[in-house]
Amino acid sequence: MSVQVEISERNKVYGRSPLLTDAVMHYCPGCSHGTIHKLVAEVIDEMGLQDNTVGVSPVGCAVFAYNYIDIDWIQAAHGRACAVATAVKRLNPERMVFTYQGDGDLSAIGTAETIHACNRGENIVVVYVNNAIYGMTGGQMAPTTLLGMKTATSPHGREAAIHGYPYKIAEMVAVLDGVCYVTRQSVQSPAAVRKTKKALRQAFENAMAGRGLSFVEVVSSCNSGWKMSPVDANRWMEENMFPFYRLGDVKVVTPTAI
Amino acid sequence: MKETVIIAGFGGQGVLSMGKILAYAGVMQGMEVSWMPAYGPEMRGGTANVTVIMGDRPVSSPIAHEFDSAVILNQQSMDKFEPMVRAGGVLIYDTNGITRHPVRTDIEVWAMDATGEAARRGMTRMFNTMVLGGFLTVRPVVSSESVVEGLRRSLPERAQKSIPANEEAMRAGAEMIERVV
Amino acid sequence: MEDIKLIKGNEAVALGAIRGGCDGYFGYPITPQSEVLETLMELRPWETTGMVVLQAESEVASINMVYGGAACGKRVMTSSSSPGVSLMTEGISYLAGAELPCLIVNVQRGGPGLGTIQPSQSDYFQAVKGGGHGDYHMIVLAPASVQEMYDHVFDGFDLAFRYRVPVMMLADGIIGQMMEKVVMTRQRPRWTAEEIAEMSDSWATTGKHSGRERNVATSLELDSQVMEQRNERLQARYRQIEEREVRFEEHGMDDAEYVMVAFGSSARIASETMEMARRDGMKVGLLRPVTLWPFPSKRIAELAAAGVKGILVPELNAGQMVEDVRLAVQGGSDKKIPVWHYGRLGGMVYSPDDIYSELKRRSDECAG
Repeated sequence: MSVQVEISERNKVYGRSPLLTDAVMHYCPGCSHGTIHKLVAEVIDEMGLQDNTVGVSPVGCAVFAYNYIDIDWIQAAHGRACAVATAVKRLNPERMVFTYQGDGDLSAIGTAETIHACNRGENIVVVYVNNAIYGMTGGQMAPTTLLGMKTATSPHGREAAIHGYPYKIAEMVAVLDGVCYVTRQSVQSPAAVRKTKKALRQAFENAMAGRGLSFVEVVSSCNSGWKMSPVDANRWMEENMFPFYRLGDVKVVTPTAI
Repeated sequence: MKETVIIAGFGGQGVLSMGKILAYAGVMQGMEVSWMPAYGPEMRGGTANVTVIMGDRPVSSPIAHEFDSAVILNQQSMDKFEPMVRAGGVLIYDTNGITRHPVRTDIEVWAMDATGEAARRGMTRMFNTMVLGGFLTVRPVVSSESVVEGLRRSLPERAQKSIPANEEAMRAGAEMIERVV
Repeated sequence: MEDIKLIKGNEAVALGAIRGGCDGYFGYPITPQSEVLETLMELRPWETTGMVVLQAESEVASINMVYGGAACGKRVMTSSSSPGVSLMTEGISYLAGAELPCLIVNVQRGGPGLGTIQPSQSDYFQAVKGGGHGDYHMIVLAPASVQEMYDHVFDGFDLAFRYRVPVMMLADGIIGQMMEKVVMTRQRPRWTAEEIAEMSDSWATTGKHSGRERNVATSLELDSQVMEQRNERLQARYRQIEEREVRFEEHGMDDAEYVMVAFGSSARIASETMEMARRDGMKVGLLRPVTLWPFPSKRIAELAAAGVKGILVPELNAGQMVEDVRLAVQGGSDKKIPVWHYGRLGGMVYSPDDIYSELKRRSDECAG
């Protein structure tokens, strides 16, 4: 039986965001970054903010984010994205400004800049991709690496006595008065992707409305760093990451409460 | 003309602001001036000093190790700066707390009890302008009118009302200073 | 009537920033430069010119805020003192690599380490030879008066935008803390969004509009061949700067037998030494580099070739600029003349007499 498909706008159920460039992404197959990039691009596009947005990319796997989303970008020094974004937003209050950072960049070397931007209540969005490992440098331990997890610098598994404990920076920044929205999401399933997009939209709207800093953590897999297949990595994430990094909203300050 | 002045004492005595008033008065008279503090840990109780250089030509070095005149307000400063007054120069000091009086005979030495007089008149906050009044009597590098004009221009609005009291303090200082050597 | 103020060097930087149309200042307290941030916070320029002033959580954050602001085509600056500038050097390297204009003020104090809060000139190497990683230069201005601390804010921004390089004002605790008269210039307006678009649309991250490709401020390039080309472009610009922007001042050079080369506060002290020497009949000249990079090497070579008997380089360090003077003499002249260093360390400051004694000792050696 043959099916006739009419290709027309009327029948279109999915389109690639026009803000995604044609550049081939350098991310490993199965990596979450591509999906998160797509969601960020869609939110910017849907809010009509392409010509009004400045993104700040980190040092880490997402350093080249500027190759994939067709907006103006600033590539920040390792960990300093929130300081860079602070100045961009203060000097251009009408712009949409966001950082896109990994767990090494944000929660290790950039802890100070992150916490102080949060505490000042900068009207920016922080997109925080937490895959519990340093991807770009070849799979070393991050502050977020779970206990027992093997990495290049914890080859026998992370031990608290040697390496300290994994920590939840989302919960830490949630206590700061400058922060209006903290949520932890994931992108391993269509349902999770939809929720993450909704969270990003909320965060971007908060920033444009001047409600303070919004912090969107996306718990992600790093199948290369974890040395697993993409499918196994997602399963491992659900079984091991989610019990520690619990999904859902951590803090929501409703606009009326501000 | 060029005058290199060191003003030295405790932090809290108004050493730096006295230097600033002097320098500002110089500016009022169209002079070239520099005001160089010994900065850092000097706070209330610590030592403080400032070098003020004023003249009709641009000041070359703001740093000096020899002074035309010295205004000395405590013993540590006496010990440190008495030897650094040039021969023929002037040393003025407040006698309060001075246990070793100046010994040099190749300079003019003048003394005043501004601490006591300021306390008697209930104007301890005007101590430094009282000393300045004494200094300008001995060393009239600027006129007292310029000092008042400088105060008028440099003091914030809330402090303007203190100008008459400062003028009184300067007159008192001028009257009380006495030549020792 | 002229607008004259009696202010500290650090206050002059703050006023220069406001009057010079600066868009943003980001800084962190450290002695002996804290008056810059204090003055700005007192004056609240955000209510008048719209200038942003922010106390950052560290010098690291400050310089990266400068990086963000500079990327947007804004006139942005920071100030600090030696240990704080060490913390900033990573960011300065990024600014140079991403070809972003900005102004960094270093009111030097003695080191190494936490060192002292007293004045020093021991960050000369850090300022002119790099400091951060990679092959880069900043234009380095060395103010010798409070007036210049004011003027160099204007000059610094002009140079930074002319060449899209970071500019450093290398002052020290003497110039920062002393008060002198400053002739204030008229308010220079901040650039409008339209002016920024007109000047910097090819690189500033002001929001991508339909008329152009997206702008990316980055120093990253993983393809070494492309990275080499980027480096060569930077080097070509540096050669252009060396050609056009050398600034110096000289006094008493017509008949000088001995020359002092000194910058910043040392030049002020040495200028009095020169007056003393001339009163004694000694023919002494003074060359004051205003730009430390690019360095007035050509002029120094000319002086050496013209028969100067010796050059004394007084600086408040263990011998840094003297190396550049020696290079200039050796590289630009067949005559081998002696170049002497004279310094004090760790926050100690020489007097005009100290330098004069050294000058006499050296010239006697020469004559003997």
